[in-house]
Amino acid sequence: MSTPADRSVAKLFKPKKQGGIKDSRAYTVFRVVNAVVIIGLCFVTLYPFLNVIAVAFSSQGYINAGQVNIIPRGFNTTTFVQVMSDPMFWRNYGNTILYTSVATAISMVLTTMFAYALSKKHLKGRAVFIGIAVFTMFFSGGIIPNYVLINSLGWRNSILAIVVPNAISIFNLLVMKSFFENFPEELEEAASIDGLTTYGILLRIVLPLSKAVLATMVLFYAVTFWNSWFSAVLYMSKPDLYPVTVYLRNLLMASSQPQDSDEGLQIAANVKAVTMLLTVLPIVCLYPFLQKYFVSGVMLGSVKA
Amino acid sequence: MNNLVVTDDVEQVGGVRAEPATSPTASPSPAPKKSAKTTWRRALAKDWRLYSLLLLPIVYLVVFKYLPMAGNIIAFRRYRPGGNIFGDEWVGFHYFEMFINDPTFWRVFFNTIILGAVCLVLIFPLPIVLALMLNELRSAKFKRIAQSISYLPHFMSVVIVAGLVLQLVSTRGTINQIIDAFGGTPIDFIQKPEWFRPIFVSSEIWQTVGWGTILYLAALTTIDPQLYEAARIDGANRWKQTWHVTLPGIAPTIVVLLILNIGSFLNVSFEKVLLLYNPLNLETADILSTYLYRVGIGSGSFSYATAVGLFEALIGLALVLGANFISKRVTGASLW
Repeated sequence: MSTPADRSVAKLFKPKKQGGIKDSRAYTVFRVVNAVVIIGLCFVTLYPFLNVIAVAFSSQGYINAGQVNIIPRGFNTTTFVQVMSDPMFWRNYGNTILYTSVATAISMVLTTMFAYALSKKHLKGRAVFIGIAVFTMFFSGGIIPNYVLINSLGWRNSILAIVVPNAISIFNLLVMKSFFENFPEELEEAASIDGLTTYGILLRIVLPLSKAVLATMVLFYAVTFWNSWFSAVLYMSKPDLYPVTVYLRNLLMASSQPQDSDEGLQIAANVKAVTMLLTVLPIVCLYPFLQKYFVSGVMLGSVKA
Repeated sequence: MNNLVVTDDVEQVGGVRAEPATSPTASPSPAPKKSAKTTWRRALAKDWRLYSLLLLPIVYLVVFKYLPMAGNIIAFRRYRPGGNIFGDEWVGFHYFEMFINDPTFWRVFFNTIILGAVCLVLIFPLPIVLALMLNELRSAKFKRIAQSISYLPHFMSVVIVAGLVLQLVSTRGTINQIIDAFGGTPIDFIQKPEWFRPIFVSSEIWQTVGWGTILYLAALTTIDPQLYEAARIDGANRWKQTWHVTLPGIAPTIVVLLILNIGSFLNVSFEKVLLLYNPLNLETADILSTYLYRVGIGSGSFSYATAVGLFEALIGLALVLGANFISKRVTGASLW
């Protein structure tokens, strides 16, 4: 991270002419300070990640002595073997993959249908449908009524409790809607003259040309479901069904809650660090792809203030 | 934070605007001009395929969003687990009186307000400052890298964030290493009530500020470069340009985000508190949602917890509506 940044710092010292007026000395000083502060902020942002990597590869002795910051001390990989040999970890990891893929698929189908219909400005009652969707952003039923509902549907210990209740994110819906609104109308008209129905237009014309927004939405949903843990805590009572986030939470809780702090429950810091790394790995791998899309995706849906 | 959505459609909520749904282009059928509105029958006949796409999503909203809203009625009824999901008998405001007379409720209520207010006051301006700072960077590459790094925490699970926090503030963690280096005695931060707020707020800053800049940076790109040129010709230095051109340029975005933030300021990140609180820091860490989670799901007092939740949700709604109303009056900017 520091090499390209350093190069930029060097560049910052070169005064640049702005419309014939040279930068004042104060402004040059400001720009240098500004760049240094931003580099500092980047370091602070990355520090917790660097720290967790260092802890994951360090030996317990150095961690207990408080000597690990961003460089591993007493390098070892035995903790990885230890964590990865726990069958429950892999079962929970598999659950996360299953929940994430099913939930993302359901969410994408529902959101696309909803967004496409709402993007048609001539649709009668459109404002009302948008209204009832947006209202849920400002007022919600709350934890208890949701809990009672899921229980009375008999969805306890069922994947449905995780993949269905959060299927549509209104934010994603509005981003997608505004994308479809900007879709060239002529193309759809031409397709409809050629005899395609609404379904045909959506499936064969609009969706194949909307890959960028679809990719953004898939990534947004996948990240959300990958990261979620609370609905599993509420509705899953068998450890077999937990996602890996709950597995990790139980590791963290086992030693941070003082009432449980018997010696036996103290879980080594590097075990926790390794579990964190493995849990976060897919997101970090996806991040470059995420990045490519989300800025334009978010801007699409939002800028009109 | 990630729900700034201001499209012209939101303005139509509640049917304030008179029937914009039927634009003249909508009916190519040679309809007689006497009626500009399409009837529902005609709309359904013409667009039934579009309406069919709406069917499942609307069913979803009704069952999983509106039914729980109606489910709030158990705040006024006695609910028995396994019984009717809307409760069994009316008890009026019994549960509301219960929490108003409950000292724990008031402690929790003030914790929520303090935590929410501190987050609002401290965290709201930071993305604006960071966006302006990023905007001053001349190297596009450096700017892109800095942005990528600052967005990263936004994509982390709250469980991961809690794990990172617990590690940093642990007795062997980085913070205590620094204290140690300066000759201080290590502090077990997470078990000290007086440290909960600083820990929580800094972790919120770490996680949200970078992502918060995204909308401001987007707004900055829409400012007309000619305004800067004109300001420069008038002799404005960079600071004056920021003050007189940049800030007014992003003011509408600031106002809209402020309304949203005020509206959600009681919704302190419940999941993070749940992961970071423990019996020893409960005194400052306990907030309305953790309290209602504990008494509702933990002890099974569903009706009581629903009453607390409804109270919280209504305050939130009132805050959004109020902030929006005031903003409309004062600045002319509003969500709808």
